[in-house]
Amino acid sequence: MARTIGAAALLLASAVAASALSPAQRAVLDRYVAAAKSDPEYAGPSAERGRAFFFASHAGGKADTPACTVCHSSDLAAPGKTKAGKAIEPMAASIVPSRYSDPATVEKWFRRNCRDVLGRACSAAEKADVLAFLLSL
Amino acid sequence: MQRTPYLPLLVLPVLAAMLLVAPLAADGLRLAPVKDPVVAKECSACHMLYPAGLLPARSWSTIMADLANHFGDNAELDAATTRHITEYLTANAADSAKQNRAVLRGLAPTEVPERITALPWWIRKHERKDRVTAATLARRGAKFKGDCKACHQDAERGIFDDD
Repeated sequence: MARTIGAAALLLASAVAASALSPAQRAVLDRYVAAAKSDPEYAGPSAERGRAFFFASHAGGKADTPACTVCHSSDLAAPGKTKAGKAIEPMAASIVPSRYSDPATVEKWFRRNCRDVLGRACSAAEKADVLAFLLSL
Repeated sequence: MQRTPYLPLLVLPVLAAMLLVAPLAADGLRLAPVKDPVVAKECSACHMLYPAGLLPARSWSTIMADLANHFGDNAELDAATTRHITEYLTANAADSAKQNRAVLRGLAPTEVPERITALPWWIRKHERKDRVTAATLARRGAKFKGDCKACHQDAERGIFDDD
């Protein structure tokens, strides 16, 4: 019973958060959610888990990039900076509404950055969490 | 005194030659900028857009063959995009017919430099003149010595003026 209410609340919460998404952004997020559902225990994306993941210091990646924030900065409404010194557009979807709309671009950066920061590919569930977080900003 | 009338005949070609040569020497290196939109987008996402004429084709092929370890970072692309960019860079490389080959001076044909800053030409142009000391880089806001446009502000358009 508690589990059903929890799941219902979660569905409601994600529906509210998702209401601001463009159809293209929703499609990008849904692709990762669908892939994560191959795990029967998977209960949907969590912006809160995504936030923790984004700000965490990870082991296993490269020494100079232990966290997403090394390049993207901790203020996700502000531009970040690459190691070569180029500006990176702010990560918050509300600041740059064109973000997270192209599945190939989103997957390209997850593929590159997960290897550099974590030393491994990110799971579909991790990508869905991070996207849910960034789309909520 | 008898020779005076002949002097302009000697001086004029010299003057003409100086007029032709002087602008080239003063303006520094000119290379074709990247014109392909895919190359321009993908190759400038993290760093400045380097004109293809800054490296020989063999260097571009080597770089593009290992994007998973691109100067220490993962820069992987899908196979079709990788192939497209490789073809453009090699076709417009320093040793292609359409480029100025000055950058290849002193480079042995067997050498495959991956860094522009490893070219003997680049080293001669910069290091001997102390142009890329740590202090100069810091003053110019360059993160590394391959950040050409910290000093050559039109580098992405292929214009490398001496300053």
